[in-house]
Amino acid sequence: MPPTTSSATASTTAPATRFAVPGRIAVSNRAAATWQCATLTEIRRETPHAATFRFAVPEWTGHLPGQHLMLRLRAEDGYVAQRHYSIASPPDDDGHVELTLDHIDGGEVSGWFHTVAKPGDEVELRGPLSGFFAWPGDRPALLIGAGSGVVPLMSMVRHHRARNLTVPLRLLVSARGPEELIYASEYGAETTAVFTRSAPEGVAVGRVAAAHVARLLADGPEGGWEAYVCGSNGFAEHASRLLVDAGQPVDRIRIERFG
Amino acid sequence: MNVTRGFAGRPRVRNDGLPPGQYDARDDWPVLSAEVTPDLAPAQWTFTVDGLVAEERTWTWDEAHALPPSAYEGDIHCVTSWSKFGVRFAGVSLDAFLDLARPTAEATHAVAYSHTGYTTNLPLADLTGGRAWIVWEYGDRPLPAEHGGPARLIVPRLYFWKSAKWIAGIRLLDHDEPGFWEQNGYHHRGNPWEEQRYSGD
Repeated sequence: MPPTTSSATASTTAPATRFAVPGRIAVSNRAAATWQCATLTEIRRETPHAATFRFAVPEWTGHLPGQHLMLRLRAEDGYVAQRHYSIASPPDDDGHVELTLDHIDGGEVSGWFHTVAKPGDEVELRGPLSGFFAWPGDRPALLIGAGSGVVPLMSMVRHHRARNLTVPLRLLVSARGPEELIYASEYGAETTAVFTRSAPEGVAVGRVAAAHVARLLADGPEGGWEAYVCGSNGFAEHASRLLVDAGQPVDRIRIERFG
Repeated sequence: MNVTRGFAGRPRVRNDGLPPGQYDARDDWPVLSAEVTPDLAPAQWTFTVDGLVAEERTWTWDEAHALPPSAYEGDIHCVTSWSKFGVRFAGVSLDAFLDLARPTAEATHAVAYSHTGYTTNLPLADLTGGRAWIVWEYGDRPLPAEHGGPARLIVPRLYFWKSAKWIAGIRLLDHDEPGFWEQNGYHHRGNPWEEQRYSGD
């Protein structure tokens, strides 16, 4: 419970918090507020429903793994659609960012990307945004994601690899089946994949369970993990509950939910 | 900005209730909280008004329910760009709590804080005069935990991150003090009609 103050005169601070872990970085207000032109340079298919879109953004000021950006498209009548997307690429990719987008049924922005967009097209974006889910690569990180929730976590894995970081990192990723596993060819020993509908021969079908989380926590570094959970709200609720039940402190769980 | 080649957007009718850059989420109500959803029973829930008030007050669930009921029917807007029209929340106007605690003349701002420790800052003027509620029902049903149940603050004139879930209290201050998202790059006020999304907007 937050402490109460009895003074009616000198309350100068917000209540102490249990959850509100500080943001990991100072966020650049200017970068967050400025729309920049981004040119689509490449489209890579990841799964039947997801593709990666690579953009050249000459004025990009850099980001940390886990951050997101806001992207906007404009129709001829002036109508604007804007959405938040997690950044998939690591920071060391000068002047470029990559997004991996699911093709959502009826999605006006994802629909444009998956059916109309081609290299050379220009969109606008602003960011990076929010320091909360960011991971600078300093503390041991336990990453749990499902579906396209793996996107910001993959930025962390790529960062870990690109910089040859030795800080412990583990990824638990859930997908419906092997063909739906985004970035399948990039995973290494840090990753455990869980399949909920169909699995390769010899691999059990099932969802992320207490046993997976218990194993990762038991295998944790001294001082424990910073946990990063990303996915649909249902998955985020499930995974964060497993973490809490396994003893992970609530104030060391960061959640990004895809609405 | 330039027109995006080949982008028409969804079929739409002009909607004057939609702030700039927002879309109608229709039946969806995305959940956007950065923390673990707490398991908070109504019997454990309390709501406190403290700081620059004549009388610091704490209400239990039953005590809060004994205050005059008040409902909000209207629209809500999330900074992630969805808006939701014609929602109904029922609870008690924040005015009812503030009238009993009596903010002092120096009080200009407030920090709303949650039982989870989440915080968000608000000008006092955005919380008074029928502009804010403590609510426990959504569409005549108990507010779901993932949406802030058993009770949350709603301040529908501002982006919804200001409407703290699992509300534990309001602390009145004589200055503005950024809360959780505001320290993480979001705008201090968050007025959807002025598109105050991020610091610097």
